[in-house]
Amino acid sequence: MPIITYRQALNDTLGEELKRDPNVLLMGEEIGVFQGSYRITEGLLQEYGPKRVVDTPIAEEGFVGVAIGAAMLGLRPVVEIMTINFILVAIDQVVNHASKIHYMFGGQVRVPLVIRTPSGGTGQLGATHSQSFENWFAYCPGLKVVAPATPYDAKGLLRAAIRDDDPVMFIESLALYDTKGDVPEDDDFVVPIGVAEVKRTGTDVTVISYSRMTAVAMQVAQRMANEGISVEVVDLRSLRPLDRPTIIASVKKTNRAVVIAEDWYSYGVTAEIAATIQEEAFDYLDAPVQRVAGIETPLPYAKDLSAASKPSAHSLIYAIRKVME
Amino acid sequence: MVKEANVVYPSLVDEDANELRHYYYQMLLLRRFEERTGEMYVKAKIGGYCHLNLGEEATIVGLMAALKAEDYIFTNYRDHGYVLARGTPPGPIMAELFGKETGVSGGRGGSMHLFDAERHFMGGYAIVGGQVPLAVGAAYALRYQEKSGVVVAQMGDATTNIGAFYESLNLAKLWKCPVLFFIVNNGYGMGTSVAMGSSEPDLWKKGASFRIHGEQIDGTDVLAVRDACRRLRDYAEREADPVILDMVSFRFRGHSVIDSDRYRNPEFVRKGRQEHDPVRNFATLLHEHAIIDDAWLKATADQVEQEIQQAIDFANASSDPKIEDLYQFMYATEVANTPGPEDALAAVKINRGEV
Ligand SMILES: Cc1ncc(C[n+]2csc(CCOP(=O)(O)OP(=O)(O)O)c2C)c(N)n1
Ligand SMILES: [Mg+2]
Repeated sequence: MPIITYRQALNDTLGEELKRDPNVLLMGEEIGVFQGSYRITEGLLQEYGPKRVVDTPIAEEGFVGVAIGAAMLGLRPVVEIMTINFILVAIDQVVNHASKIHYMFGGQVRVPLVIRTPSGGTGQLGATHSQSFENWFAYCPGLKVVAPATPYDAKGLLRAAIRDDDPVMFIESLALYDTKGDVPEDDDFVVPIGVAEVKRTGTDVTVISYSRMTAVAMQVAQRMANEGISVEVVDLRSLRPLDRPTIIASVKKTNRAVVIAEDWYSYGVTAEIAATIQEEAFDYLDAPVQRVAGIETPLPYAKDLSAASKPSAHSLIYAIRKVME
Repeated sequence: MVKEANVVYPSLVDEDANELRHYYYQMLLLRRFEERTGEMYVKAKIGGYCHLNLGEEATIVGLMAALKAEDYIFTNYRDHGYVLARGTPPGPIMAELFGKETGVSGGRGGSMHLFDAERHFMGGYAIVGGQVPLAVGAAYALRYQEKSGVVVAQMGDATTNIGAFYESLNLAKLWKCPVLFFIVNNGYGMGTSVAMGSSEPDLWKKGASFRIHGEQIDGTDVLAVRDACRRLRDYAEREADPVILDMVSFRFRGHSVIDSDRYRNPEFVRKGRQEHDPVRNFATLLHEHAIIDDAWLKATADQVEQEIQQAIDFANASSDPKIEDLYQFMYATEVANTPGPEDALAAVKINRGEV
């Protein structure tokens, strides 16, 4: 399998799907002439032309709605929202329309739409440009929400999302774009939506995470192995549908769990996972489930405060030690 | 580049020479502040996203010359020049860009989120269009409280394509709010030209269906900007009626300091900077009218250089916000079950691996 970056995996998949299906089209701000704010769509306008790669004005509510309407008539739009922060001006279209149309109209029409967007943030992006909102969408029945951590999953899940007949939120991460990994070349390789993966097997404690935090968990697991603690890493990959059986099977085996996510602590993804574990594996737990998440303030800009506000390898190690006590 | 309301100044006889020199000084201050800011970013003194006002100096200085102390200003994230020209000292502005406690937002906001309550600078906002309804709301409050003054809703050209802009136009007209919808038309929103993003490229016409008067002004001519702003500011205040100003200028560099600007033809950029440089053009005009000479220009440049160096020194010497103050501004008033300084220290220690 060739080793490529997460960015390249996305770029390749978008190109291949544009080639495969004439109803697939890309839409978003700065995806064409500018080549993508984070270069995910680089070269695609040149190759597929402006009918397939559509530069939009800054009008998220409008073009997300347009994409939903177009999907209702059989197009398969893949919308890029520059970062998840900007989807808030379009959230009505996603939550009140895209997620409801198939169910509310008795299954008469499908909405085969993908919205791709990077979530979270490292560096000093500041209060309005660093947020994690995937849990807002995962909360919403009718949407599918995926968040790959590796180039392999990025490719497999993006292809699955584009070929899926329901609206899919495809959550990326700025910090993962340059990471590398194996990616299969098979044209029909997909990663199924709604299925988690045990990315590393272990016996002492299960760490549950997704997206960038899975990358952090994998590094930490390696480090803990040197200290004699065997960490199993469950990568959720999908937040909705949530693969509860995989989480529970792992926790029943290790008897300890730490959940880590980049969003704010209260009402975040980690709360859902922890609740699931206590409901379905309470009798198997040797210690309370530990949660690691973002500090609850608007992210301060100042360098040190900013860095210290996000969950890190350090905070994960702290939680693992605590659950092992 | 400007089609309407293009004022030509055959003579500067009615002008106060000291005021003209002051405009030049302010424009140079903005120019050099931004150029040095770009350098500081490269040196990693500044992080996150950072957008410069290069090429927009006349638009900003002309606006500020027309505003009164009681007026309020809301801008987008490209905000450094507005705060500077409104009179905030360069030190606390640079300190904010450096993320220091002495910064205008206490190091919490950064480049895109400057604020100066005392000078009625009501913030730089980084979600496109977000500031526009806020400005209408401020004007609403002025009217409600029967106060004088107007509110500036500054935005970029591409921001006139977002829904919040149109809702704001309607509300401002409907509710008689004295707002200057101040469009800084630098020709681009990131890599999207005005023509690419807007079905009506004459942005000053965008108020037509709301019955809002609009004008296009040469945003590189500080006197044209000042005069249009004075006239329309007074109109807006007197009639309690919003107006649109479409200030045309040329964006000197990429969208932000990390944008390499590869989508614009280098020759187009070179020519644009050559022909539409508000600072140099104004210097030429003042020179021609014998209002300034080379010695004055040199002295002014030296003074500006020194002021900015002092601002950088001030920022460098300032402390970072304290860890225990992480939750300091969470709520305006105390409330139960909310973390405080001790919780901040404990949480940060864990994230940094210090426990
Ligand atoms: C709602 C929203 N969508 C997208 C962005 C990303 N973005 C930041 S600035 C910008 C371009 C704005 O252009 P313009 O209004 O012309 O202002 P300029 O930057 O030229 O001053 C874009 C697309 C954002 N900040 N907010
Ligand atoms: Mg612009």
